[in-house]
Amino acid sequence: MKRIISVIVENEHGVLARVVNMFAARGYNITSLTVAPIPNTEFSRMTIMSEGDPKVFEQIVKQLYKLIPVYKVIESSDFIEKEMTMVKFSIENNLSDIDALARCYNGSISNVGEKHVIVSVVDRPERIDNFLKAIKRFKPVDIVRSGVSVIER
Amino acid sequence: MKMTGAQMVIESLIKENVEVVFGYPGGAIMNVYDEIYKQKSFQHILAKHEQGAVHMADGYARATGKVGVSMVTSGPGITNAITGIATAYADSIPLVIISGQVPTTAIGTDAFQEVDAVGITRPVTKHNFLVKDVKDLPYVMKEAFYLARSGRPGPVHIDLPKDVTAAKTFFKYPEKIDLITYKPTYKGNARAIKRAAEAIKKAKKPVFYIGGGAVLSTAADIIREIVKITKIPAVETLMARGVLRFDCPFLLGMVGMHGSYAANMAMNDADLIISLGARFDDRVTGKIDEFAKNADIVHIDIDPSQIGKVVKTKYPIVGDLKLVLEDMMPFLVEGVKPEKFEEWREILNRYKELYPLAYNDSDEVIKPQWVIQKTGEIVPEDVIITTDVGQHQMWAAQFYPFTKPRQMITSGGLGTMGYGFPAALGAKRGVKEKLVVNFSGDGSIMMNIQEVLTGYKYNLPVINIILNNNYLGMVRQWQSMFYNDRLSETDLSDVQADFVELAESMGAVGYRVSKKDEFIDALNDALTQNKVAFIDVQVDRREDVLPMVPPNSPLKNMLVFKEDK
Repeated sequence: MKRIISVIVENEHGVLARVVNMFAARGYNITSLTVAPIPNTEFSRMTIMSEGDPKVFEQIVKQLYKLIPVYKVIESSDFIEKEMTMVKFSIENNLSDIDALARCYNGSISNVGEKHVIVSVVDRPERIDNFLKAIKRFKPVDIVRSGVSVIER
Repeated sequence: MKMTGAQMVIESLIKENVEVVFGYPGGAIMNVYDEIYKQKSFQHILAKHEQGAVHMADGYARATGKVGVSMVTSGPGITNAITGIATAYADSIPLVIISGQVPTTAIGTDAFQEVDAVGITRPVTKHNFLVKDVKDLPYVMKEAFYLARSGRPGPVHIDLPKDVTAAKTFFKYPEKIDLITYKPTYKGNARAIKRAAEAIKKAKKPVFYIGGGAVLSTAADIIREIVKITKIPAVETLMARGVLRFDCPFLLGMVGMHGSYAANMAMNDADLIISLGARFDDRVTGKIDEFAKNADIVHIDIDPSQIGKVVKTKYPIVGDLKLVLEDMMPFLVEGVKPEKFEEWREILNRYKELYPLAYNDSDEVIKPQWVIQKTGEIVPEDVIITTDVGQHQMWAAQFYPFTKPRQMITSGGLGTMGYGFPAALGAKRGVKEKLVVNFSGDGSIMMNIQEVLTGYKYNLPVINIILNNNYLGMVRQWQSMFYNDRLSETDLSDVQADFVELAESMGAVGYRVSKKDEFIDALNDALTQNKVAFIDVQVDRREDVLPMVPPNSPLKNMLVFKEDK
């Protein structure tokens, strides 16, 4: 079962390692992880996507609270969820087809160079999966996903 | 006036009323040791190995209830300390460990004696710090002591780069610490306490399950009172030995793998288990699917992550055990009718009579259990008993007549061989007026035997009783029982140290004992010596610790007698 939590932490030395170690120590995989400071505060927000047993996850949440720099762990199922992905294609492709596809997923062509064109899209992770399936036929050269960010409604 | 970081460390220790630091100097911590040389406020005890130093601080903390302090250098200094830190972490013991580190400019360059100390200690500390700026040092010191002793206690590590200890700034020690991210819950929720009290009133077969948290929260007096008033039977974990007196009529003994039959059956048959600062360790529960199938659980713990971790808890209460019990007491006094549990007590008492802790004593060969019982008869009641890890540890927990909390000092959670002797030295330094006796095995004692010199140098006379069976006894027992007697690498009889000569070479007094009378004479003599003493007792080689719940078996499938195997 997919789970997403937000962990609000104090910005201090080693805090990311502390949080990640907690998952590793319990044998739990992290599917995606995004971190950035929360503007005008001394906190950062980590958004962690993982999969697994609810009982183990309950322990993880309790153990996260035990970490001294952890301020809050938010477990909500009612949130807006977005992920960004960037894909590089050969310039030989039909650019208007790629552009049309990107627009369907809240994206556009971000850069056109001599050899490559780069497209970025921002959407829900499941829709990003679909986008990546749809662009297969254009033979992407490189794909980078950002990991999911969420905000509670 | 400006101070160096090293001076600030000393000033902070003085502000925290530290009276002794157990440590070992080295390159990266030299600035601090230079200040230790100049000061007279606290004693520094030089151990012979960093692991010994941390175990000493740990034994000191367990015996006194204060924060133990240990200081080591970078690299191998801190890695040697890890076993000690992990031992304290497993048993929630308040320690502050200060390590030197290479200068900030050299961090990450694989400099001489550099390791990622905070990375290594992170999984075995409550919290840790790398101080990169001398300005942060006073706050970090204050915070470390505060974290170590508050909430669920534990070890806290501070890593100090050499240039930080050399740098100068103004010193101002904070009055208090206020962390917005760390607010332990001390007072239990009133409604939850009332609900749990109602459940206790309604129960037909309740049992108090007392753990190490009872010692840490100084709840022994109120637990004794509650047990006396409610007449509810009680069991103790290894870490809780002494919370109830050994002769308390409601105490069924130790619970778990080597617990008494009555204690384990009480847990198995109960309809309500009231956990008082205990954590349902796998050594206690046996096979978890079969554990206490008909019981509801009341779980009182200061650490919310303990609740529901292993067993489903119907009545969770987060808070300091002593405060929670103080709040619960009026409900219990008013509502609980002790006569209701009469039948339940009778059943359990019958188990106690039918299957007491026992062994077949002999005059031909010394039984280890006899040594422990006899020691209990000879030494004063307020002795502190430390143990190493193995068969002797379980025999001590089973057969020693404990009368007070903090009387038994042992490595429970981590099971660290080599713990007992240095912990005994630390305990002796903490409570000088008390006698300290360490039970060890011929395997365990070798792991930190170098600390005899520390005991000699600082005049910390502790008595070591080595229950010598020329085996790594507990592993041998498992090999006999579960590996068809294939004794792989556990027979130590081919090459064994002469413990008497070894002890005497380091300033201790040694006794070799192979008859009961000799043991009594040796112990009585050791009591008059005021020196570290080693009593090497040759005991029955193939004695097993019984009863025993085989690993991953339900508690009710206990092997009570030898022929049960």
